[in-house]
Amino acid sequence: MPVQLPDINLTLLLPEIFIALAGMALLLLTAWREDQEGRELVANGTIGTIVVAMGLLWFTAHTTRTTTFGGMFTSDSFALYMKMLMCTAALLPLLVSRDYLKRNEIFKGEYQVLSLFALLGGLIMASSGDFLTLYLGLELMSLSIYVLAAFRRDDKRSSEAGLKYFVLGSLASGILLYGITLIYGASGTTTFTDIHAYVSGDLHHHGAIVNLGMILILIGFSFKIAAAPFHMWAPDVYEGAPTSVTAFMAVMPKIAAFAALYRVLLEAFGPLHAEWSPVLQFLAVLSVAVGALAAIAQTNIKRMLAYSSIGHVGYVLIGLSVGSDLGYQAVLVYLAVYIFMNVGAFTLILLLNRDGVGDEISDYQGLAHKRPLLAFLMALFMFSMAGIPPLAGFIGKLYVFMAAVQAGMIKLAIVGILFSAVGAFYYLRVVKRMYFDQPQSDRDFEMEVSIPNRLVMGVTGLFVVIVGIFPEQILTWAKISMSSFQ
Amino acid sequence: MMVADFIFFMFAAVVVVSALMVITVRNAVHSVLFLALTFFSTAGLFVLLQAEFLAAILVMVYMGAVAILFLFVVMMLDIDFTTLRKGAREHLPLGLTVGLVILLEVVAIGMGFHQSPESAAAAAALEPMNNTMELGKLLYTKYLFPFEVISLILLVALIGAVALTLRQRKDAKRQDIHQQLARKREDAVQLKKVSSGEGA
Repeated sequence: MPVQLPDINLTLLLPEIFIALAGMALLLLTAWREDQEGRELVANGTIGTIVVAMGLLWFTAHTTRTTTFGGMFTSDSFALYMKMLMCTAALLPLLVSRDYLKRNEIFKGEYQVLSLFALLGGLIMASSGDFLTLYLGLELMSLSIYVLAAFRRDDKRSSEAGLKYFVLGSLASGILLYGITLIYGASGTTTFTDIHAYVSGDLHHHGAIVNLGMILILIGFSFKIAAAPFHMWAPDVYEGAPTSVTAFMAVMPKIAAFAALYRVLLEAFGPLHAEWSPVLQFLAVLSVAVGALAAIAQTNIKRMLAYSSIGHVGYVLIGLSVGSDLGYQAVLVYLAVYIFMNVGAFTLILLLNRDGVGDEISDYQGLAHKRPLLAFLMALFMFSMAGIPPLAGFIGKLYVFMAAVQAGMIKLAIVGILFSAVGAFYYLRVVKRMYFDQPQSDRDFEMEVSIPNRLVMGVTGLFVVIVGIFPEQILTWAKISMSSFQ
Repeated sequence: MMVADFIFFMFAAVVVVSALMVITVRNAVHSVLFLALTFFSTAGLFVLLQAEFLAAILVMVYMGAVAILFLFVVMMLDIDFTTLRKGAREHLPLGLTVGLVILLEVVAIGMGFHQSPESAAAAAALEPMNNTMELGKLLYTKYLFPFEVISLILLVALIGAVALTLRQRKDAKRQDIHQQLARKREDAVQLKKVSSGEGA
């Protein structure tokens, strides 16, 4: 019986294979060494694995588009850019979360291993050339993060967060799958390039089915990136999950979902831009509005940042919906900036969180009087998120709005700018609390700042300032990575 | 052809009715049993499509394992489902309207579906093949990469289940051979000088 193997080029997925094997090895180490020393070893090993994987990525990446496994796995400069972002988005939170995990008695090997597998799922999504690979990568990532969200299993709110995320995430997966089956039913294929060829041609009477499938897929993605009106889970999950997990899932899965969205929208549904652009515009406007208005009422800083991330997703969707090269590049820049602003802010939140104090915005009262440097950094990240020049957050928004104006979507840009101004209010409120209010008498803000924490705060702080002043380099990278789609 | 049609409609009707029963009956145990019936009738539909391998899997895995596991969980949890459903009644009209509109749209779109001559020809060409063997061949060739990713997903599910539920019971007397062998004389034996007439 002849068996036809597809073309297999394993060097393309060397980083993924390495992470999978290292993850399993670390899992075995977790089982054998249950003492504190073993846990430190696993944590260090996880960080080492991600660093090595980044090196492998850099040296094995193909800048020209190369596929393997019959088109199921793609390697190109876009994948390289997105994967580098994802590795950074996984590495930085892991670096700063060790003290927090120890304080809350969840410093376990499984935590690190699950983070690795979540990253692996994200990497697979960014390289997917087929709906099957995309969906499986998504499930690998989501399943790991569901467990991480519930990791403080004796804490009621953490369990609730995990369960809520799980149930709504499964619903989203179901909707996504239904969309994929409709597309498969119409086109008879799940490979992006084949779908592209199919929708480029005459759809006969299948136009409605393709559109319905595409919209269901977009809804599934909207759940995953927490775009309004599919954002309901985000504030609860962000608040209930352990803060280190919130820091992780505020960045890594978002980058992965957007990477997959690029693949779906550009590689599969590129010719249908006129159909999906209005859907994205609708989601974008609603997201920036919800992000700006609902955040004002929040007193918990994790909930506030959840709404803030919904707003950021809105700006990113504006850039995507434009459909021009500038728009796509703007989104790539925005995503890079988003990682560093968010991780920076979460590093400080992780640091200031002691014995259940530190999640409320009022807990930051008078921080500037006691720890001026920490307060300065927090203010820096808040200003950047608000989009105040000359910080990186401003550059991200600027490019997105420029792209929208250039494509003639002036109304969309104006709505974005208006809500950006509204949003600035709640970021600045945190700054006001830190600088102009007196500290509560019993709060002294005394804490050790470990070396990894210093490192991450330094890197994120410098990034936010330097990219704000010299954004050319990152824009060049974005341009190179977008060349994969031509 | 008539017989096949009759069997199809019979199974299809059972699927729809039992699926409805799953979400409407009050007793959670009955609900799970109806779920098993839904799985079984779906397996019947698969047989009609000559996908006997899928049908067998559905019966063995979903009915034999998943549904029965559900049954155990439902019996053990002792949830008062009537109070859980109170909120649902208020939102029923809105939910029904939205659901109905979506259903109508999907049906309207589905009506427009026609099988192209190419796919009909492809389906005819597949006729003499053996399902199980073809599935196996595909899994290990064309779909090798997704297949491997699935194994990772199952591993994550396993880690998750253990990480979230395993508890070392403090009161259980577990034998730790390593600890027993590592025990030294100094840890276990104390020498005490006992003065006469007072005891230890």
